[in-house]
Amino acid sequence: MTHTNWTRSLRNWIERTVPMEHLLPDTMPSYVDSYVYLFGVLTLAAFVWIIVSGVILVIFGPDWWHVSAIGHFFNSTHFWSVQAFFFFMVLHLWAQFLMAAWRGGRHWTWIAGWMLFLLSILAGFTGYLSQTNFDSQWVGVQGKDAMNSVGVGGFFNLLNFGQMYGLHVFLLPMLILFLIGAHLFLVRKHGVVEPLPLDDGYGKKNRQRIAPPVPEGESRP
Amino acid sequence: MNYANSKYRQVPYDLVRELTLATAGVGVAVLVLAAVFSTPDVPSLSAKQVAQQDPLLLIRTELNALSGQSAIATYGPPYNHGTQSVQAIGNFSPQAWSGVQIPVDPAYTEVIRPLERMKWIDPAISGILATWTQASESQQSTWVANVQRVLPRATVEGGKLILPAAVHGSYGPVVAITNDYLALANSGLLEAAIDGEQGSSPIVNRTKSLLLLQGAADSTYAQKLNMLGENWGVIKETGNYPGAVWLWYYTLLYQIPPYNSSSAADLLVVLTVITVTGILMLIPFIPGLRSIPRLVGVYKLIWRRHYRELRAGGNPYETRE
Repeated sequence: MTHTNWTRSLRNWIERTVPMEHLLPDTMPSYVDSYVYLFGVLTLAAFVWIIVSGVILVIFGPDWWHVSAIGHFFNSTHFWSVQAFFFFMVLHLWAQFLMAAWRGGRHWTWIAGWMLFLLSILAGFTGYLSQTNFDSQWVGVQGKDAMNSVGVGGFFNLLNFGQMYGLHVFLLPMLILFLIGAHLFLVRKHGVVEPLPLDDGYGKKNRQRIAPPVPEGESRP
Repeated sequence: MNYANSKYRQVPYDLVRELTLATAGVGVAVLVLAAVFSTPDVPSLSAKQVAQQDPLLLIRTELNALSGQSAIATYGPPYNHGTQSVQAIGNFSPQAWSGVQIPVDPAYTEVIRPLERMKWIDPAISGILATWTQASESQQSTWVANVQRVLPRATVEGGKLILPAAVHGSYGPVVAITNDYLALANSGLLEAAIDGEQGSSPIVNRTKSLLLLQGAADSTYAQKLNMLGENWGVIKETGNYPGAVWLWYYTLLYQIPPYNSSSAADLLVVLTVITVTGILMLIPFIPGLRSIPRLVGVYKLIWRRHYRELRAGGNPYETRE
């Protein structure tokens, strides 16, 4: 009796789904020719700096930045990285919306992006609550009513610093990292979304006139 | 291979270089922003600060807690069985269903128990507290009401509450309790006496002491810092900083009707945001909505060179070698 080799199956699936030249492309379709394509990579770049500054802040502990000028500087770096992260992420989201980038089976990429947006808001919020100053105190007492109103305030307690800090420095970053991985995997699996056919029908017409080559092993209907 | 992108003419691209340059560029930007603009850091509001700057405010807070009149005393789940802050839309009230998960009885949690903890330092507290706890509830209410009635004419001198002579009956042990409470707050140990149950381990859960000051004390402080709701409260930060701007997606609704005048505003806002988010997430499957980008037409600008090439009769499709 022969057993399927799970390891080989997984390897084959990965190689089939995202071959290396798709995962790390050195060419792009010619229509990928606009600054809007930079918003995604800039979001990722800001995330790198969030992690770097966040790790430094975690190493020295949550009260370090109140008492040390260097700590305060790293807190500021963390803060402005977060501002950049959301700035580019929102631009990226708008750009993908305006390009209807969910077309061609890319709906999971779109949904994963939205989950990232929501998780990032939660991460930003728990970070705000972890500042141990009046900002966190005020946001906590103001925000608790919303959590309580939907019945989760007893479990997700904004006034419990230990809980908010733990979620902020470990669980949420891990979830975001995992989802970024999934999002990028899907982006590379499907490739960059194709341009919409033009309203005047020119694109559509032209597309029939100048048809893309038939992929190997397929016949034109 | 059947890969959508392979159907198009390819242009050279360097993913790793782009990512590296983006990281470097954003890194320089955030380091400059951090160096130039820094971040605000206004210390938390402490009971000690309130006791020193506005002792009568702390006394009003304490008396409201003691007599069960504070917002938290009548709040409801998850703190107690009150009903004042329970939000519902018709019979739909997840708050009521969630039940009491963080029990808070302000008279005991915020006032009596922290004072009980001080009896090892000042044994006289025990006798005062005994007088209070042995009295009937209506007697307790009467004492507090008698003090509250003359409070507008009261002063605090040397950390002691000075009241006009009791013209409306006795103050009972309330003045003594209040003076001990003021002393505890002035020592800076009130929060620790409220929250500290686990001996020497660090207090990482400040829920109960934060609930003491969550009303008038915090609001007064926030008002001085322009952080109230009408100043976009929660998403604003102390000083002129962008703060938690990403929360606009959620806090926007509090500024507009019907949310800004509803008694179940939080519940309504949360439900609306969940619904809107669900729709936006599932937009690829919703006819009409998913056609908006086509109608808006910004894509023509984004892919303008591609379309120009098409119109000029060029062929953007080419087999990749």
